[in-house]
Amino acid sequence: MSGVGRAALITLVLAVLFAFALPLVWTIAPEATDPAHGLAGPTSVHPLGTDELGRDVLSRLAHGGQVTLVVGIAAMLTALVLGVLVGGAAGFYGGWADGVLMRLTDAMLAIPTFFLLLVVITVLGSDLYTLVLVIGGFSWMPVARVVYGETLRWKATEFVVAARSLGASPLRILVRHVLPQTIPVLVVSATLGVAYAILTESAVSYLGLGVQPPTPSWGNMLQRAQQYVFTAPVLAFYPGAAIVTVVLAFNFVGDGLRDLLDPRSRSRA
Amino acid sequence: MSATAEQRDALIRAMGLDRPVAERYVRWLGDTLHGDLGASLTSDQPVATLIGERLPNTLTLAGAALGLSCVLGIPIGIVQALRRNTWLDHVLSLLSAIGLAIPVFWLGIVLILVFAVSLHVLPSAGLASASDGSLGDRLAHLLLPTFALATTILPTVVRFMRSSLLEVLGTEYMRTAEAKGLAARTILRRHGLPNALIPVLSAVGALVPRLLGGTVVTEAVFGWPGMGRLALDAANGRDYPLVTGIALVVAAIAVATTVVVDLTYTRLDPRIRLA
Repeated sequence: MSGVGRAALITLVLAVLFAFALPLVWTIAPEATDPAHGLAGPTSVHPLGTDELGRDVLSRLAHGGQVTLVVGIAAMLTALVLGVLVGGAAGFYGGWADGVLMRLTDAMLAIPTFFLLLVVITVLGSDLYTLVLVIGGFSWMPVARVVYGETLRWKATEFVVAARSLGASPLRILVRHVLPQTIPVLVVSATLGVAYAILTESAVSYLGLGVQPPTPSWGNMLQRAQQYVFTAPVLAFYPGAAIVTVVLAFNFVGDGLRDLLDPRSRSRA
Repeated sequence: MSATAEQRDALIRAMGLDRPVAERYVRWLGDTLHGDLGASLTSDQPVATLIGERLPNTLTLAGAALGLSCVLGIPIGIVQALRRNTWLDHVLSLLSAIGLAIPVFWLGIVLILVFAVSLHVLPSAGLASASDGSLGDRLAHLLLPTFALATTILPTVVRFMRSSLLEVLGTEYMRTAEAKGLAARTILRRHGLPNALIPVLSAVGALVPRLLGGTVVTEAVFGWPGMGRLALDAANGRDYPLVTGIALVVAAIAVATTVVVDLTYTRLDPRIRLA
């Protein structure tokens, strides 16, 4: 991988360590309030200061990172499973399955899914599992497109024809011979998908419809921070910078993996 | 105060909730096709009226952001393609990558902090000042939200323009034009850009859904009284008919835009025919 890709990968490892390892040694609870010391600047007790309720910003940032990363990755996995099912079935079985599934994909791509997301969250509520399923359920379309194209391409290769002439069932050919070929592009889609899911989660949480306080996420930390942007602008700085860093890193790792795994794309760059 | 069982039954009957789901859906579909999106649960006003009040504000914002993305994105992409692999190209590519990673709402907060709080040069929220509704004042209010919203699609416009022009620059007909002895500017203007811009047009069309989705967050940050804010209030107030109606209208706008772009596309490039 290129230097940029490698640096981005190291950044991601550091972000994961920050979110999951730091709370082991930094044991102030993210929900513990101390209203007498709200909106305080950096001190030895609170290195990043406190928010409007006197909660430790460093602790909230780490625990919020856990929520944001876990929701982002889980939503991406949901999108991946749906995309592989839709794209794989459409490409492999063709005919009416192709027509119905791929037109559904086109339709979903043509409408602003963020509004639909609001509708579904309004109806289903926003516990973490629902949030993961809803974000994943509205972002599988690019995966389906990619898997569809790859499935069509590999379906016509000689080793697939050979497997068929040996009497392998269609399902076995799809699962054992065709889908494994799509893994390189799936890895790239997955990495870019996490970045998209994190941005979506933080936007929904910022709007107050996602992760609910007192559980912190980088998005809902920014919701409260905007009210104090005049008095304590750093409160808005930390979670935002964290989101930008992690999303940028996922995007760079995705680009790096694409160059590594798919030599055809290098000439296009 | 809780409702009596009779009041509850009466309301359920009035709202048609005692009917089967399939029947309710067909009725909703029929009403919608007749332009009746139902009444808002929180304000009792027709959903269509509420949307009609807010729609122009959202279209202004989205239109301005779309325009800005093209006005900035196309020239930047052209410069990057012509100066490929120079430091300028790398710096602009990095800026695009950052633009794709910045959450719109955070960029909005930063813009408010810099331009409204620190520098005091631009207003932070709303359509216009209460005392001053002049065109200049309105444009000043439009500036920050437009820029924030534009970043949702601007980096992608730049990337499409860059790769599209690079592809055209590598073609045989560009070499032929050069061999004829045409000036570099003429080659670019007459042969390069017209061919490179066509795929960018369709890419911009495909970005419209993303742009409209971004209006929700942008309008929330800047207190912009558009449809995104209305959808958010409706979602928070569990106003199902309103939030459904807005999603439907926005989807219709996005699909209509896509159709118009596709039709323009076939008109501009005779090599493309609708299947």
